Amino acid sequence: MTERATADKHTDTNAGTTRRRFVTFLIAAPTLTVAGRWLGEGTARAQIANVSTPEVDLAAALQPEVDAVSPLMRLRVTEDNRVVFEAPRAEVGQGISTAVAMLIAEDIDARLVDVDMPHSNARPELGAAQLTGASTTMRNMWGPARRLAADARARLVTAAAERWGLNADSLTTRDTHVFAPDGRSTSYGSLAVDASKVAVPAVSPLPKPVSEHTLVGTPTPRIDGKELITGRATYTLDVDVPGALPTVVARPPTIGGTVTAIDNAAQVRAMPGVVAVVEIPTGVAVVATTFHHAQQARAALSVSWGPGPIADLSDADIRGRLQNATDPLLAPSLLQSTVDGEFDFAFVNHGPVETNCAIADVRADSAEVWVASKIPPIAQTVVATGIGLPQNAVTVHPIRGGGSFGRKLYPDAALEAARISQRIGDPVKLLWTRDDDVKHGRMRPASHHKMRFLLTGDIVDSFENRSAAVQLDMDVTPFSVVIDTSIELPTSGASFYHATQATPYKFGTTTKTLNEVQLDVPTAFWRSVYSGHNRAAEEIMVDRLASRLRKDPMRFRIDMASNADAVEVLRQLKSRGNWGRSLPSGWAQGVGFHTEYNAHIGCLAEIDATNPDAPRVMRTVIVVDMGLVVNPAGAEAQFQGSVIDGIATILLAGNHITNGAVVESSYADFTWAKQASSPLEFEAHFLNTGRETGGAGELAVPAAAAAVANAYARATGTFPSQFPINF
Amino acid sequence: MPTYKLFVNGEHVSVDAPADMPLLWVLRDLLGITGPKYGCGIGACRACTSHLNGKEIQPCVVPIADCANKHITTIEGLADGETLHPVQQAWLEEDVPQCGFCQPGQIMATAALLKTNKNPSDADIDAIANVCRCGTYCRIRKAIKKAAQA
Repeated sequence: MTERATADKHTDTNAGTTRRRFVTFLIAAPTLTVAGRWLGEGTARAQIANVSTPEVDLAAALQPEVDAVSPLMRLRVTEDNRVVFEAPRAEVGQGISTAVAMLIAEDIDARLVDVDMPHSNARPELGAAQLTGASTTMRNMWGPARRLAADARARLVTAAAERWGLNADSLTTRDTHVFAPDGRSTSYGSLAVDASKVAVPAVSPLPKPVSEHTLVGTPTPRIDGKELITGRATYTLDVDVPGALPTVVARPPTIGGTVTAIDNAAQVRAMPGVVAVVEIPTGVAVVATTFHHAQQARAALSVSWGPGPIADLSDADIRGRLQNATDPLLAPSLLQSTVDGEFDFAFVNHGPVETNCAIADVRADSAEVWVASKIPPIAQTVVATGIGLPQNAVTVHPIRGGGSFGRKLYPDAALEAARISQRIGDPVKLLWTRDDDVKHGRMRPASHHKMRFLLTGDIVDSFENRSAAVQLDMDVTPFSVVIDTSIELPTSGASFYHATQATPYKFGTTTKTLNEVQLDVPTAFWRSVYSGHNRAAEEIMVDRLASRLRKDPMRFRIDMASNADAVEVLRQLKSRGNWGRSLPSGWAQGVGFHTEYNAHIGCLAEIDATNPDAPRVMRTVIVVDMGLVVNPAGAEAQFQGSVIDGIATILLAGNHITNGAVVESSYADFTWAKQASSPLEFEAHFLNTGRETGGAGELAVPAAAAAVANAYARATGTFPSQFPINF
Repeated sequence: MPTYKLFVNGEHVSVDAPADMPLLWVLRDLLGITGPKYGCGIGACRACTSHLNGKEIQPCVVPIADCANKHITTIEGLADGETLHPVQQAWLEEDVPQCGFCQPGQIMATAALLKTNKNPSDADIDAIANVCRCGTYCRIRKAIKKAAQA
């Protein structure tokens, strides 16, 4: 155990010394009973996280717990030579199943095609290891996945040595096989049973040094690519649960409205194919033999609805409340001038193409749920509470998600499906139709931002950011899955804002506050959370400040960036992006920069805004320093997607609220970016200034949003302040 | 309830369904063919895109009555046995999918396009209106161009 911890000093630097102490301590007694013993460490760790910076690095904060529970993770080798890792983190499109499989293949010396990554069922004892979010997965799994794989390899080698009567040190491994010096070889599968009896490996059970990696760091296509392009990939509603009945829910015209009366239940129950019509807290469920029959019956339902809690509010009211909720800006002194900005961002639905859905089979004293969940133990808790069963009576099978962007942190559909199944006594498969998902699905909170630079001459004295946002729903916080309650994690939107929002420039005294406006609207974490609007708005302010100071926006960022790594990213972006190149009239370049998730990223966007009502981002260039990149092909895909998020949220897509209801109802009016809005050229360049692995999933969103907004502003000579611009 | 004969992915099938039942739910709920995905039900997201007699359709808005005695190809029927269709092969080589949910529709739309347009321009590709919320459009564009060359 000491050996393993020592080795970590050479191969892992994530989270520093606290974590190493932790690993040694816990692997010695890897059961949940240990949890009480490490509570004392939590406070010290939280303080460490807070000493040098006001922000909390969430991945680092969660790391000790993920390490602590890693012995409970299940990696097994089967007799048919498969390496099977029950993945605690959820695949929703971000490519983590491929990247984690790469870590495992690397250290067990298997062919990547021999590694399987089924999702682990909900296991509350895995704590933070089953929280897929905050771009933590590759950072959190870097150590545990490699250690599990290296340990398994050592046991396989030991078993082979015993079988052949050879010195274990003389054996080598590659391609899911063990090789002897005399040329003999055998598959891992043939050693699987013997290896399980190896108590003490005869060779080092430690991960190999990064310098020996042959797979990790290499652009690698998705391990599930073939399933995904042949229609064989299984999403929630593709799971064949015998007898599960198609179900839709009639929902109120306003957000959070209530059922007053079902006027024609008997008539609808008599319709062809209808099995049941039942009232649930969120509406009226219609259960039928097919989704066609269910939707037909839903359309025939006549329900009297009570108004929802914000039925008297529309966008202008909400914007007014947000504007009134921001703290006042400091007045300049006599010698100071100001650069001010105010920004509004609309609500934005996550809009995954797979709408909310779940399958539930609730029996008298147990339940099973199939759902794409980024935090399966929370789905388990919420379902158990909702149907009055103990948590351990509910089995949650996490299924591949058809997009999340934050949505699949929330088990809304699982809870509804379980309630309906309980009421009718049969398993159900619940579909939120697209209009359900747009009108009642969770959204990024609308926000208002007031910002001010105070200058004395050309010297920036201070930067203030006084923001307000509709309250982020933290009734069930994603962090409630974390076992170690002494880890200081955000418990509200405002505390999440303060934990994550940093301005990566030397702007003198920097002050920021977020006030939350309580409103009964279903809000959610949304890819990059507050950074997607708050940091994007700050980057627009950086351009305005540069303009006031008659500086080039790229040069100005390079001059003002708060550290050398950031400067290097910006310099590379300037040269690789060909900043300042000649462009046609009506076109312009824009830049955005962001630091988060232990990484720096710059985005350059070129826009054709010849027609300001139909601008097109033609080209984007990303330069990123996220340290060691496990799968550059996967990271690049994340950045490409984030660029689309930036284009959509700045130019195209949001949600209006009128009289307490979301106005949009489909992709026809929630106009997410399509091919015709996507850049024709995209480049991503990876720098590695030696930092530890950073998070890729959300990093590019604020940089891309800012680059698009700044390019639009420069192309049109306007100061856009309400987003999306064409709304 | 009427009975309809169809040729789905090369096989004869016969289904009893109401005439107005969208093909999507016939495929998914009656035939267990789940490659075509529900994303909107109004032909806007195009995640269910498949082929009817070789032409692109959105099964969520095509009633079964319009499919009688016709050939339906879903994503499951695009490959020739174990040999991937050139569009699928290009998708694999360009590592297009992220969540993958829209990709059956993207692939089927592309396969239909390439039947009539062997060398689509960027403008032709822009006209593909399938939504990909993950934003795989750059790789889709590359894959379409690669498939066109195959």
